[in-house]
Amino acid sequence: MKFNHEIVEKNIGLLGIFTVIAISIGGLVQITPLLFQKDTTEPVNGLRPYSALELEGRDIYIREGCVGCHSQMIRPLRAETERYGHYSVAGESVWDHPFLWGSKRTGPDLARVGGRYSDKWHEVHLLDPRAVVPQSNMPAFPWLAENVLDGELTAKKMEVFRGFGVPYSQEDIDNAKNAVEGKTEMQALIAYLQSLGHALK
Amino acid sequence: MMSSFWSIWITVLTIVVIAGCFILLFVVSKNTTGVEEGKSMGHSFDGIEEINNPLPKWWSYMFYITIIFGVVYLAAYPGLGNFKGFLGWSSSNQSIGTDKGIKEDSAAAVELAEKEHRWVQYDQEVVKANAKYSPIFEAYLATPLEELVKNEEALKVGGRLFLQNCAQCHGSDARGSKGFPNLTDGDWLYGGDLATIKTTIMNGRHGMMPPKGGLPIEDSELKGLAEYVVKLSGRDHDEALAAQGQASFMKGCFACHGMDGTGNKFMGAPNLTDNTWLYGGSRGVIQESIKNGRSGVMPAWKDVLGEEKVHVIAAYVYSLSNK
Repeated sequence: MKFNHEIVEKNIGLLGIFTVIAISIGGLVQITPLLFQKDTTEPVNGLRPYSALELEGRDIYIREGCVGCHSQMIRPLRAETERYGHYSVAGESVWDHPFLWGSKRTGPDLARVGGRYSDKWHEVHLLDPRAVVPQSNMPAFPWLAENVLDGELTAKKMEVFRGFGVPYSQEDIDNAKNAVEGKTEMQALIAYLQSLGHALK
Repeated sequence: MMSSFWSIWITVLTIVVIAGCFILLFVVSKNTTGVEEGKSMGHSFDGIEEINNPLPKWWSYMFYITIIFGVVYLAAYPGLGNFKGFLGWSSSNQSIGTDKGIKEDSAAAVELAEKEHRWVQYDQEVVKANAKYSPIFEAYLATPLEELVKNEEALKVGGRLFLQNCAQCHGSDARGSKGFPNLTDGDWLYGGDLATIKTTIMNGRHGMMPPKGGLPIEDSELKGLAEYVVKLSGRDHDEALAAQGQASFMKGCFACHGMDGTGNKFMGAPNLTDNTWLYGGSRGVIQESIKNGRSGVMPAWKDVLGEEKVHVIAAYVYSLSNK
């Protein structure tokens, strides 16, 4: 048989199919098995979904780009667990869509920052980081204290997350607007920060 | 450990792809075109002619070497599903302990961790660190705080731990800031003896001054109250206004702050007579404190740091105001 690369080269559909097959193999080997691993798909004991206010705070965390400077991923190295607490496990992130593990630590890791500082500290720190940590190069976020949440979309967001498999009850969703309305973005963000790492200390 | 299905899935796909690469490379290395090497393939495009040239030798040899490397690697190291490789190497099992005692501990830790599917290298690190540091901290914990404050080395350790965990609120010089107590001035909300400091760090504290002390105090009374507090702290004041304030004070402020305003360390109610101010001592700030209440929170560190470290930090904090 005359081997003919001409067939593939002149038939764009065939070329496309072969290309997809070739580039999907890496993913089939490395990614698909993870989708079916207990370790990566089941929540750890004690994990609870974010409350309505925490969920709004999480969106503010994303909006302000906190993830650009703060990781939420404690690696299994003693030097890290001494500073930040138990290393992060996949089962803690199963309800995070998208996850906010980050890859840059200009500031410290926040995976278990919840409960480490008082709400007041977070407020002072977000308004002016230098007020409590003189060496800090974190920007200030004064508008968070001024912006008030209306909670219009909170229930919708929770429904979307329920679609991802987060176990929100209908009651949670019905009460979402009330839980959020009138709160400042500052309160929401602090609630989110204080919830981080709650499942495993 | 993944199920055998996924292990086989990975193994088969990997082997098929490597074999496929080899076969493809082998086949295209042969001249099956029917055209002599170096001759035209018989078509041209825009005057560019395709010549039947073989694959460059250096390139195809490199490709073969890569395939051989891949096969050897997958035989020696873990890669094919659950297959551990002939060398028995594992990214989570690189021994870091060298001395005998630690190695034996590690073996047990490795076994335990493997059984529980945890990170083995991490456990070894922890075992090694514990072997080194635990005796030190255990010795500190066994030393009464009264003795420990005389141990310069322990205080240095405590200082490091303070800088890492406490300085964010209390400052690296421990002088605090607005709302976060100064630990060097000898003035204490909950008490400054060693045992109380340790309790404070272990369990945390929750300040509980509600707005207006939870008392039926009108906004119009705030000015007088603030003036009375100024008087209590021994500063120049308006006597008539302070007298009004004293009447308001008697509505119930004394329950926590004491009849004489010297506070109550059991409740963390501050002494109003010493002119040390956590939130500021101006009339305006005092009014604000009364109106809105204050509830400073000291987090509990028992679960984060553990008693051994808290013990050492308590000694350090005590030493700051008791040279």
